[in-house]
Amino acid sequence: MDFDWTVIADALPALLNGARLTILIALAGLVGGLVVGFIAGLMRAYGNTPLSAIAFGYIELIRGTPIVVQVMFIYFALPVLAEVRVNPMTAAITAIVVNAGAYIAEIVRGAFLSVHKGLKEAGLALGLPMWKVLVYVIGPVAFRRMIPPLGNQFIVSLKDTSLFIVIGVGELTRQGQEIMAANFRAVEIWTAVAVLYLIMTGTLTLILRITEKRMRIL
Amino acid sequence: MNVVEFRKVTKAFGRIVVLREVDLNIEAGEVVVLIGPSGSGKSTLLRCINALEQIDGGDLLVDGISVKAGRSQVRVIRQEAGMVFQQFNLFPQMTALENVAFGPRQVRGASKAEATTQAQALLAKVGLADRGHHYPSELSGGQQQRVAIARALAIKPKLMLFDEPTSALDPELRHEVLRVMQSLAEEGMTMIVVTHEMAFARKVGTRLIFMEDGRISVDGNPTTLLSNPENPRLREFLQHVH
Repeated sequence: MDFDWTVIADALPALLNGARLTILIALAGLVGGLVVGFIAGLMRAYGNTPLSAIAFGYIELIRGTPIVVQVMFIYFALPVLAEVRVNPMTAAITAIVVNAGAYIAEIVRGAFLSVHKGLKEAGLALGLPMWKVLVYVIGPVAFRRMIPPLGNQFIVSLKDTSLFIVIGVGELTRQGQEIMAANFRAVEIWTAVAVLYLIMTGTLTLILRITEKRMRIL
Repeated sequence: MNVVEFRKVTKAFGRIVVLREVDLNIEAGEVVVLIGPSGSGKSTLLRCINALEQIDGGDLLVDGISVKAGRSQVRVIRQEAGMVFQQFNLFPQMTALENVAFGPRQVRGASKAEATTQAQALLAKVGLADRGHHYPSELSGGQQQRVAIARALAIKPKLMLFDEPTSALDPELRHEVLRVMQSLAEEGMTMIVVTHEMAFARKVGTRLIFMEDGRISVDGNPTTLLSNPENPRLREFLQHVH
């Protein structure tokens, strides 16, 4: 078979549009996921029994179900149950927030609990309230340890956006699928799609590398 | 006036009883050296004073405040009782100077300039004036422990608690930490020191307490006790440390 570069050239604007949506969903979803993950992770690590139990329930529910099912639930089931109508884009971002949040919660919990307990005691012994110990003493050390696993999760979540093809969000994979359905050039289109994902994850990896190098891991 | 007052304090970890109805009064200016075999409860006794361990029974007053008086009162107690740990526990993300300036800024509401000036003076006092901008990982164990002493002093405590401050140090680094502790004692600081340094106990201590099995079994003058230990178990213990 011959590889037809013009197919890619023609498809590129639509694919780039899709990539733009992919980045938007991943970015918004991960920002929200970080917020949810920090809250749930700290609830698990330092919360009282009810708080910890709520966070545990959330994490287990999300980790125990596929993300495709989660987004279908948000998009199709939630309107029936609660009469909230969401557009595909909102459903996609929400799915990443909720899904990445659960995994990030475990990363946050693990990183905070991995910090030598002597540091917590040294902070408390100075007369600091616990929240200040978490913010100024344990947090900065834990944060550095979170960077490698967070990087992993960012990449997973970015690629997970491809699953939102099932609710018709026009992200990169969906764009590829639509073009392919019209011209049947599977090799060219899926190669282009794969390369675009690689460029996105590669950039992310590079950013994380630089961040990691700038911070001394403690 | 007693700076520390134990009233029938008991403490257990699960089913293991670590402190058994301990009564103990410590007055301002005393340098109390706590010794005893491992597991005798000396570290726990120290950690109960600043409520890093919670007591199960009895009462414990620090500068007149009960450790059971609630969270904000516990924070007041902790600001009155500086602590130095066996493993130094310096904040690794901060320089020596930042470590020392951190407490006053966070708990005493000092301005950055004020806290830094004071921190610089304290580092000079422990002989580390030129190490302020080093991170803990760039300092030797002895230097780290001296920074830790300066950090504890920075919140202007009335009482200093030392939990085996030289046990994690190489022998040749111990004396620099002990010297700082001695000058602190000479300034009149009230100190409670868990240690195996018998020379320090003899030279600097004003009171020696020997603990066994969660109880204070000997309490007296260090010079007398160390030169003529009447208690047979203290005598045996001293033979092992020397």
